[in-house]
Amino acid sequence: MTAVARFLTRRQGDRPHGRRGRWTVTDVLTYAYLGAGVLVMFGPVAWLVLSSFKTPANLIEFPPTLLPLAHDTALVGDYPQPLPLYDVVLEDGTTARFAQVRRIGLTAQMVDPAAPDDIIAVPIDQRTPVRSFRLAFENYTESFTRFNFARYLRNSVVVTVGATLITLVINSMAAFALSKYRFPGRNLVFLVIISTLMIPISVILVPVYLVINQVGWVNNLWGVIIPGAATPTGVFLLRQYMLTIPDELLDSGRIDGASEWRLYWQIVLPLAAPALAVLAIFSVMWRWNDFLWPLIVLTRSEFFTLQVGLNAFQGELQVQWHYVLAMTVLTLLPITLVFSLLQRFITTGIASTGVKG
Amino acid sequence: MAARATVVQRAAALVGRGVEGVYVLLMNAVGLLMEPLQRLVGMRRMAWLFLLPNLLVFTIFILFPMVLNVYYATTSGPRLYPQDRPFVGTANFERLFTCTDYTNPNTCLEDRFWRAARNTGVFVLFQVGGMVAISLLTALVLNRKVVARGFFRSVFFYPVLLSPVVVALIWKWILQRDGVLNAMLVSLGGEPINFLLSGSWAMAWVIMVSIWANMGFYTLILLAGLQSIPVELYDAGAIDGTSTLQSFRHITLPLLMPTMMVVLVLALIRAVQMFDEVFVLTGGGPGSATLLLVQYIYQTGFGTQNPRFGLAAATSVTLGAVLLVATLLQLRIGRGSERHLA
Repeated sequence: MTAVARFLTRRQGDRPHGRRGRWTVTDVLTYAYLGAGVLVMFGPVAWLVLSSFKTPANLIEFPPTLLPLAHDTALVGDYPQPLPLYDVVLEDGTTARFAQVRRIGLTAQMVDPAAPDDIIAVPIDQRTPVRSFRLAFENYTESFTRFNFARYLRNSVVVTVGATLITLVINSMAAFALSKYRFPGRNLVFLVIISTLMIPISVILVPVYLVINQVGWVNNLWGVIIPGAATPTGVFLLRQYMLTIPDELLDSGRIDGASEWRLYWQIVLPLAAPALAVLAIFSVMWRWNDFLWPLIVLTRSEFFTLQVGLNAFQGELQVQWHYVLAMTVLTLLPITLVFSLLQRFITTGIASTGVKG
Repeated sequence: MAARATVVQRAAALVGRGVEGVYVLLMNAVGLLMEPLQRLVGMRRMAWLFLLPNLLVFTIFILFPMVLNVYYATTSGPRLYPQDRPFVGTANFERLFTCTDYTNPNTCLEDRFWRAARNTGVFVLFQVGGMVAISLLTALVLNRKVVARGFFRSVFFYPVLLSPVVVALIWKWILQRDGVLNAMLVSLGGEPINFLLSGSWAMAWVIMVSIWANMGFYTLILLAGLQSIPVELYDAGAIDGTSTLQSFRHITLPLLMPTMMVVLVLALIRAVQMFDEVFVLTGGGPGSATLLLVQYIYQTGFGTQNPRFGLAAATSVTLGAVLLVATLLQLRIGRGSERHLA
């Protein structure tokens, strides 16, 4: 009980390993918890990546193998195809490595690679496949050639980049107006925008769909890009940041004869770069991971984004897991790269703004 | 090595200058339009011009739909265009809320709505409760002086960035009948379980997977809250001879309360809207065991041959009302706890 209590109240600044550098019960508990955390948080992703490199035959095995294993094959004699290799237990108890020509019921017809002309009949329970570690990269390459995967990737990139650029421009313009001008109605506009912070798209699906339909944006990437571009979160974030930029800078610019537009893009935007970067990262994550709205707007497969496409593949009657897993890895790769590069920036950005990625 | 670094640096500088050039060019081009406009409307009214694009998108795609949603909720029929839809008053709401026995969805006119509502209730209760508890525990652990804290913090945070579809697929692969979890179960001498095809298991996993995917976010906020508690308070307590348990109860908990409330309400609001992960993981199944409200809206209005937009909108309005109450609660509690602290 005291150990638990001490554990609950430990904080930064306490010495890591008890008083005399020894490990206390609390230290052991702490690192056990963190170790389990690493396993639980990374394990599933690692398992996905390992599985994505397995051949279809290797994938349906139960219990599954840890590493991707592929059946070894060899070109034998005059056979045109490479034949699968097996270790066979012979009648005298010794083992030999044979290649299988075909399997008929409970016996396999095999040949000794050294003497490819003599067919040897072997009961199938006397043979074990010869396998070795191999990464089935064909899962990845075939996803590109056999499916519309490249198309989905392109759509996702277009939506993510387009939406992020538009969001940054129109949100920063609005934030500039709301932070650097005094005009009647300013507080009202700001209040109305802020009051919709908690309105998710799931609450206004039907009418937004009507609008998109009227504009003719069903099955059009614009229909995914535009509705979410005027984010209240972005306006709020940027306005709060721009309030800290001194108005005197703008006044001196005006004296020098700069137009309002020039003040916006040459003075305010460069100074607001940190806030813009935070919003850009959030926007990229929102758009890349967006699912419900694209699912409704995009019904023809040539317009699918990655998320919608992945969902369509996994919903098929016969799920081709070797492709689905490879495509899932490719989908999480960009976000993982961005995260590993900007990790510190993202976590501090979220902790200080309370915005979710 | 040094030579290569300078090449990379020079390339980066070149790209940077290219981007800057495009930026200046584009902005000057827009300026050709904005500067005459400024002469036309004057400096002060430029504010509205800056507001215009955002306000336009905001009005058309958020504000106007919010109003229109209420109209949809009071009309019926399968037609999308408002002029084709007959007005039915509160009939949609009556349909949603007509039950002979409110504890039994089978007796309700719209039984799937009630199932979804009940499932959402169960989901919210256990997901929010479990997630806040685990996040708090993790934040407390990370707040200790541990080696490589930054690494561990990002370990817990990493799944937050994954898309819901990816999260669902990762777990669907693990939870299959022939999946790795069942293999572990069998190797320990158990029987394989069809996790996603048994109602109570499916709900339990839906809750656990969404906790797995989202807890890192709340951990981060709670950790920031913990680190803002002044160390002097603990030192003063130590001088007065308070026990560690006492200082947790009388220092940590009360000072963390405002952060806890924010976390609780944020988690609540997100849990009520849950859709993506569950839809891909179970599709609401087996049967309707994991059907949640947003999926009910989606399926009533879109995932069907004869859409019932009125019913979908009425459910949306109901959901919106719940969210509004939760948000107001947050504002109320937020203000209350501030007063308490002051």
